[in-house]
Amino acid sequence: MQTVMSHAESAELRKTNRRRSRVGSTVYHALMIALACIVLYPALWMLMSSLKPSSDIVGNVSLIPENGSLQNYITALDGIGGVSTFTFFQNSLIVAVLSVVGVVLSASVSAYAFSRVKFPGRSLFFSMMVATLLLPFHVVIIPQYIVFNNLDMVNTFWPLLLPKFLATDAFFVFLMVQFMRGLPMELDEAARIDGAGHIRIFGSIVLPLMKPSIITASIFTFIWTWNDFLGPLLYLKQPDLYTLPIALRLFVDQTTVSDYGAQMAMAVLALLPVMIFFFIFQRYLVEGVSTSGLKG
Amino acid sequence: MTPETITPAKVAAPRPSHQKRRARAAETRAGYGFLTPWLIGFFLLTVGPMAASLYLSFTDYDLFGAPEFIGLENYRNLFDDPRFRQSVVVTVTYVVIGTPIKLAASLAVAMLLNAKRKGLGFYRSAFYAPSLIAASVSVAIVWKAMFIDDGIVDQVLSLFGIHLGGWVGNPDMTMPMFVLLAVWAFGAPMVIFLAGLKQVPQELYEAAEVDGAGKVRKFLSITLPMLSPVIFFNLLMETIGAFQIFGSAFIISGGTGGPAGSTLFYTLYLYIRGFTDFKMGYASAMAWLLVVVVGIITVIFFRTSRSWVHYAGESK
Repeated sequence: MQTVMSHAESAELRKTNRRRSRVGSTVYHALMIALACIVLYPALWMLMSSLKPSSDIVGNVSLIPENGSLQNYITALDGIGGVSTFTFFQNSLIVAVLSVVGVVLSASVSAYAFSRVKFPGRSLFFSMMVATLLLPFHVVIIPQYIVFNNLDMVNTFWPLLLPKFLATDAFFVFLMVQFMRGLPMELDEAARIDGAGHIRIFGSIVLPLMKPSIITASIFTFIWTWNDFLGPLLYLKQPDLYTLPIALRLFVDQTTVSDYGAQMAMAVLALLPVMIFFFIFQRYLVEGVSTSGLKG
Repeated sequence: MTPETITPAKVAAPRPSHQKRRARAAETRAGYGFLTPWLIGFFLLTVGPMAASLYLSFTDYDLFGAPEFIGLENYRNLFDDPRFRQSVVVTVTYVVIGTPIKLAASLAVAMLLNAKRKGLGFYRSAFYAPSLIAASVSVAIVWKAMFIDDGIVDQVLSLFGIHLGGWVGNPDMTMPMFVLLAVWAFGAPMVIFLAGLKQVPQELYEAAEVDGAGKVRKFLSITLPMLSPVIFFNLLMETIGAFQIFGSAFIISGGTGGPAGSTLFYTLYLYIRGFTDFKMGYASAMAWLLVVVVGIITVIFFRTSRSWVHYAGESK
């Protein structure tokens, strides 16, 4: 604009701009809220349907239960085949918590080797580790099953847990390597001058500083193992060992088609810890994804 | 390692080469020590099983008897097996349709979220949430209930005069149902796109505006090239991930791949062959074929990426 505006003109312009931005902001938020409603609808529908009587679920778009009750949850908690749902919960919890322990221990020591120790073969193994990130898991399940079957480990939690303690989740090793590379090497050098060996440096310097990446890896490990379907489907054949996802599948197969209410209640129960984790740790989850490219 | 070996005074001592060699040997021991869990896992749970399944793919093996070597028989049978061909068609269709839609949706929403406004944290979390649960059994059950005959999707579409009936039992509609499930989980790539968008220098847009570039121009000439490494990463990971869809297909089809084989995804058929029919050799051949295909796709992606992925600081 060439000419200099008068005071009145520029004030007028500012007012229209502000009005335009206010309209823009309203449109923006309306659009985003509409999108959020669509995106969250399936989850809310599941939650609300679990409070409705079975006959009132399929085809009922409304989220508000007319005569809501917890009856479905009472049915769901009864479990299946004489096994209480609390047992499934307990199994899921054991597998998920021990998986977290395994991943944190094994991924952090592997990442330390990859990022803080110099030894022949390091870069070769590192590129192999990165290659396993892209490897379809299905190529190993058959031989792994045969081995675990021969070791009589089917119907134990070992086949689900051993891989976690042996750092086969390359994603978390990679995540921790990336994080450790960001820590200044001067810390190690100073400690070494003070006479610390690698075990000391790892335990008292690197590990405490790794807290954010440990938390991210823990949350994702918990959620992924909690939701895992294929592993328990392959290895757990006795109902009293079932984790929630396969118990839920059996529950759906066994209940009569019309008992959608109990199915929904059980589905909600199976996701409960994931939802709680999401509400508590959403910042870590979103940041973990954006910094490391972890999938959801 | 003893403290003496690494004090500066000793390093400068008359015979450094001997000291250095000892220090290097200690480093190597420490390295392999820390790497032991990974090494055991890598060789016993990844490389070993991969070699074993390559061998098994040339055998007839039912888990109970001894594997019987049959050469390329399994691979030959694969190509004569209409169910196998079906599973390839279903999976490729899903990957080719679902992945681009999911990525386009996640990029579009990420661009909407890349603004200076209030409440963005809430939207970001809300959009991200589904990707945490989309692969779970619970959501598969909910999806099935939503898309069944007279289910809510059917009801809502009927309001607009579209009468499709249930999608679950209709072989023509199961694929759109799975694509929608994939698109619903757009949150994870969206968050990655958003992080990438935040890295694009604002000066580039300002300079383009001075030159009179419009929104489309800025998107095509700045956003897309600057974002290309992130697009590449998301495209690769989502494509490989899409090939491996299993749980939702298993639950929604009741483990059969029906109706009419329309949900017979590759990994589901692999599972059926291996663990229902106990054709372990056949299933191993399928698994190796998947590895080879995923490997080829990865190589193609990396090869072609040279022409369209721009890394910062690289002159083009």
